[in-house]
Amino acid sequence: MAYLKIDHVGISFQRAGATTEVLRDVNLSIEKGEYVSIIGHSGCGKSTVLNIVAGLLPPSQGGVLLEGRAVEGPGPDRAVVFQNHSLLPWLTVRENVELAVNKVFRGRKSKAERRDWTRHNLELVHMAHAENKRPHEISGGMKQRVGIARALAMEPKILLLDEPFGALDALTRAHLQDQVMEIHSRLGNTIIMITHDVDEAVLLSDRIVMMTNGPAATIGEDMHVALERPRRRLELVGNSTYNDARAAVLEFLYARHRAPTLAA
Amino acid sequence: MVHSARVLALPNPKIPAPTRQTALHPLVPKPVSVFSRVVRLGISVATQVAPPVLTIALLLLLWQMLASSPTSALPSPLKVIDDSWEIIVDPFKVGNGIDQGLFWHVSASLIRVGYGYILAAIVGIGFGVLLGQSTLAMRGLDPVFQVLRTIPPLAWLPLSLAAFRDGQPSAIFVIFITSVWPILINTSVGIRNIPQDYRNVAKVLRLSPIEFFTRIMVPATVPHMFTGLRIGIGLSWLAIVAAEMLIGGVGIGFFIWDAWNSSLISDIIVALVYVGVVGFLLDRSIAAIGHLLTRGTAAQ
Repeated sequence: MAYLKIDHVGISFQRAGATTEVLRDVNLSIEKGEYVSIIGHSGCGKSTVLNIVAGLLPPSQGGVLLEGRAVEGPGPDRAVVFQNHSLLPWLTVRENVELAVNKVFRGRKSKAERRDWTRHNLELVHMAHAENKRPHEISGGMKQRVGIARALAMEPKILLLDEPFGALDALTRAHLQDQVMEIHSRLGNTIIMITHDVDEAVLLSDRIVMMTNGPAATIGEDMHVALERPRRRLELVGNSTYNDARAAVLEFLYARHRAPTLAA
Repeated sequence: MVHSARVLALPNPKIPAPTRQTALHPLVPKPVSVFSRVVRLGISVATQVAPPVLTIALLLLLWQMLASSPTSALPSPLKVIDDSWEIIVDPFKVGNGIDQGLFWHVSASLIRVGYGYILAAIVGIGFGVLLGQSTLAMRGLDPVFQVLRTIPPLAWLPLSLAAFRDGQPSAIFVIFITSVWPILINTSVGIRNIPQDYRNVAKVLRLSPIEFFTRIMVPATVPHMFTGLRIGIGLSWLAIVAAEMLIGGVGIGFFIWDAWNSSLISDIIVALVYVGVVGFLLDRSIAAIGHLLTRGTAAQ
């Protein structure tokens, strides 16, 4: 039995009388501790997959099983890091994480333990120094780190990253990717990451799930990335496994499944 | 540290404060002298205060020149002071009936506005939350509200007099119906504008409806709410003067009407100064409360 199982999931949206089938027959099994990336062209429904796993969208067909139990609605066992950080601007960095910690661990941890746990998670993403700042006072990369701390602080069974580095500049993005890899190696989290960045997918993932274009998108290919961990981006430049994986994803995205607008 | 501790331990009352400060912080550059600090403060106050004072003085001068001819229909500022000296110097006068000092007229109006406005705030925020949260309620109520809100405040007065058969509740109702719309509409817009991301965060954390209300909805909506509350207080103050002219009794509106009927034009001008200043203060106090409550929310 897989840790997380996406079982024959399909979803259709109705708008103005017309029905659009966004996903059809998506099947995916993820083992505990695996880092899985879902990659595809924009609009293919990859974020929809994540939202279904998060429970924010109910699937029209099929379902999601986490540790053998059906996912019904959102919950802190499937913490989401949203693309645009979605920190609450009226709360400080610490209060944002605390909101999650207090909600999840009330009754299980004492007040002091909860405070330590908040602090610990901020330290994990190297943001403890800014705990009293408000989101508008820190940079985009810092906000995303706080978003990650908030998600980690819920001690989720699975961490869902929705294009977490998409809105960041290249240098900040690389820095955050390294931090996420480090956290993953330390804590062994199970992670699903949505991305459209081929290098990011190859560098971070154990498996890359490639999606076909919509409508009725589904999984086109599921590729294992056989690279040793820890991975260092500089050492991978000439690595043939890395380059082969990269080439395979590029070939899938740009030769076999070009973006609809480009294919025309 | 040892040095400063010693200085602290032996306070010498004869040494003036600035000197002691110098001794404590040898690295800080020599403090600016008291004289130059006073000069700098003076300059900054002057640049803040001088322009409005100058403008007012010029306007008064212009008014004085325009209204000083013997054929002028309106009194000049000096004549206003001369004519209405009694009500200017004694705002707390207590007399019979409507013969009260201006302070009492203004407070009577403010009390009416207070009742109507607080009622409007409660109802407006309540319905605003409902319309913001429920698409069904929005569909049902919005068309009705959109029509009702265009009715001028005074048009409600005869109807409310017929319903309440008394001036006081009628005036309060007019204030209520005037100020409720901006509060209601802005609150509902604020709630509709809560980013989906915040709602998703709340869902992932499984916040209860009450937690969602206090932790997310209120802080996210307060800036919009206060926009409505600020427009509402302005409209209330506009409406109360007109309403009081019609219902009579103690109140700044009827005071103005009564002065007009008695041809006391100078009294009207003094009353208008009161109306303007009070309206300004009302607006500023709501803005100040809003500013205090939206710290950290406005800037994103």
